[in-house]
Amino acid sequence: MNKTFTILKREYLSRVKKKSFIVMTILGPILMAALLVVPVFIAQVSDSVYEVAIVDDTQLFYTEFADANNVEFIDLNVDIDLAIELLKEEKFDAILHIPTTAFHAPSTLRLFSQKAINMNAKLYIESILKNEFESMKMATAGIDAEVLRATETKISIQAIRLLRDGHEQTDYPEVSMAVGIFSGILIYFFVFLFGSQVMRGVMEEKTSRIVEIIVSSVKPFQLMMGKILGIALVGLTQFSIWIILTFAIVSGVSIAMPETFRFTPQEQIYVTGSQSLNPAELQARMQEVQQHNTAAGQVMESLNAINFTVMIFSFIFYFLGGYLLYAALFAAVGAAVDNEADTQQFMLPITIPMIFSIVMAQMVMNNPFGPVAYWLSIIPFTSPIIMMVRIPFGVPTSDIIISAVLLIAGFLATTWIAARIYRTGILMYGKKISYKEIWNWLRYNR
Amino acid sequence: MQYIFQAEEVSKKYDKHQALTNVSIEVPQSGIFGLLGPNGAGKTTLIRIINQIIAPDRGNLLFNGQKLNPGHIKEIGYLPEERGLYKKMKVGEQAMYLARLKDVKHSDAKVLLRQWFEKFDLMPWWDKKVEELSKGMQQKVQFIVTVLHRPRLLIFDEPFSGFDPININLLKDEILNLKNQGTSIIFSTHNMSSVEELCDHIALINKSEKILDGKVEDIRKSHSSQIFSLSINNQNGETAKLFEPVAELLEEKTRKDGLKDIRVKLREKVSANDLIRHILPYADLHSFHEELPTMNDVFIKTVTGKYPQERNTTLNQHTLTDQVNNSNS
Repeated sequence: MNKTFTILKREYLSRVKKKSFIVMTILGPILMAALLVVPVFIAQVSDSVYEVAIVDDTQLFYTEFADANNVEFIDLNVDIDLAIELLKEEKFDAILHIPTTAFHAPSTLRLFSQKAINMNAKLYIESILKNEFESMKMATAGIDAEVLRATETKISIQAIRLLRDGHEQTDYPEVSMAVGIFSGILIYFFVFLFGSQVMRGVMEEKTSRIVEIIVSSVKPFQLMMGKILGIALVGLTQFSIWIILTFAIVSGVSIAMPETFRFTPQEQIYVTGSQSLNPAELQARMQEVQQHNTAAGQVMESLNAINFTVMIFSFIFYFLGGYLLYAALFAAVGAAVDNEADTQQFMLPITIPMIFSIVMAQMVMNNPFGPVAYWLSIIPFTSPIIMMVRIPFGVPTSDIIISAVLLIAGFLATTWIAARIYRTGILMYGKKISYKEIWNWLRYNR
Repeated sequence: MQYIFQAEEVSKKYDKHQALTNVSIEVPQSGIFGLLGPNGAGKTTLIRIINQIIAPDRGNLLFNGQKLNPGHIKEIGYLPEERGLYKKMKVGEQAMYLARLKDVKHSDAKVLLRQWFEKFDLMPWWDKKVEELSKGMQQKVQFIVTVLHRPRLLIFDEPFSGFDPININLLKDEILNLKNQGTSIIFSTHNMSSVEELCDHIALINKSEKILDGKVEDIRKSHSSQIFSLSINNQNGETAKLFEPVAELLEEKTRKDGLKDIRVKLREKVSANDLIRHILPYADLHSFHEELPTMNDVFIKTVTGKYPQERNTTLNQHTLTDQVNNSNS
């Protein structure tokens, strides 16, 4: 046991001290934080203004185009041919031509530009014209636009889960789905990343021929377990640092630039409210903000509905369980081959259940309590990913216990099998191994 | 005699391949024991069994009279034929790690490693990565970590492969040193001249079976082909005629100073003493020695059943030379 720890220590320290580990550990959160921060920045520091000249032959619509979304409109009361000449002199970016026929034949609308059309501007113009054309048509048909607006109904059913203790809890399946699939993919990613590190570590010992020196001091099983556990610790270390650094960077940036990151809707009410003096407009804005407020509140509430303590603990458990289950098999593959190229044929049985889990995750999300979801979250080879997908939906404790016990049994079984392949494989040099031979190794008694 | 290691009727089978068949060996205390045999004979399997890397199917194993058990691992040092080090790890750190795996205390390991590193001029390389070392230096590091924990039994599998002649001598001296300090050594090799030079006892394994064992001298004597080399001075008389009654003349060369170098094969039931008695009255005897077969010859003879075709006729420097001077002069 003492020697296993010595091996574990070396495996852990040699990896943690590596430059690539340090770089990845620091770059990881920066990349992750960038994913969160950069889109906000881009939205703020948007590109230059896009100028669109309007040539409105009908003289009906040109007043309706309000500047927005970095698109500015110029009313150009000239002939379209002259306007095109001006466009060629780059007086503006584009011309919207509304011919007299446009109202009855909208396909005659034209947007001219010298460079590629700005999609944003195009969509914005289309939405304005759609609204204007529709209300004009309604007016000619004698339909009151107010009445029509009043009939518009937005339906969003609140899902309530009745808990055993009689309490009611609002359910947010969309959020559960997102959290579930994210943790499932993370487990898949981690098991592969660190599992293949185990495999490469075993191959390194085999190809550098140090393995026979080591197994003359320790049992092959100790060497294998020391490596697997050492790398598991590397994984947990990296994961924790990533979580902490990502959180630190995101909150650091949001504190440094509060205007860019206005998270609480309350602030928005006052900021926008104080700027506006028109009471009617203020009221409209308040309503709008209130709507926004409830939407934001819903997201907050839905995140609260997910028990993050349970999520984090089950993530760590299923990551470790899944990793241990597969890492032993990765070690066996590393022991069986002499070089990276030969690993392919033996990797297949390992990758198939993993990829199958990810493919099935979609189905499990749609029906997290069906028989497929149940069985896949019980069977050890798929349970680490599938159970993580299911847990945000609220899985009965009994299911988790069965699945956890089976996962532990599963990793003990794969470790036992892998150890038998490993101890024979590490001393076999320069020989291409077949599945038949691996089967024979399993039956040796040392 | 005290034995450090005994194997009794050991057998091991891999799948369809029989690696060892009822092999029994006895390794004496404080000596160098040569484990010989062609490639694939089962030497490495036997060595791995001694190191408890693999277990035999049948047979008893005794270490210093006790049944071999995991507690003996730290009493054994093993330098495998297929050996290497972590390339990316620093030399000193790695040596410390391997010493720790042999249960050497951290503080002891540091002191012992310093001594050995200084002896082998490796100290400047302590903080270098292994991949920066030459192959010979890496081999030295491997040798050091093999012997560092002062094992009672050392096992060297082809220790000289990859060394240059200077380092081979350095290593030989260290091995003899360890022997003199009382360490027992098992030495597996193909290099027969080093066997004659170093080994006291040998066992020869071929096709999974032990076919020969015993003291090196005894084995060579028992394989004697009764050929003797002599330098004599007989100015008058015909050499062939002189030897006719006791031996068959194989070769005769006359040197510039008149001495004749002669090789003869004794006739049956004639001893070396008979030969000397027979020629002394007729000639001055300047040197006389038996041409014992080299271990190489014994090896090939035992394995293939016949002596090598091209018999090495030059005097082998490892052959024991009995310089006998003519009592008249």
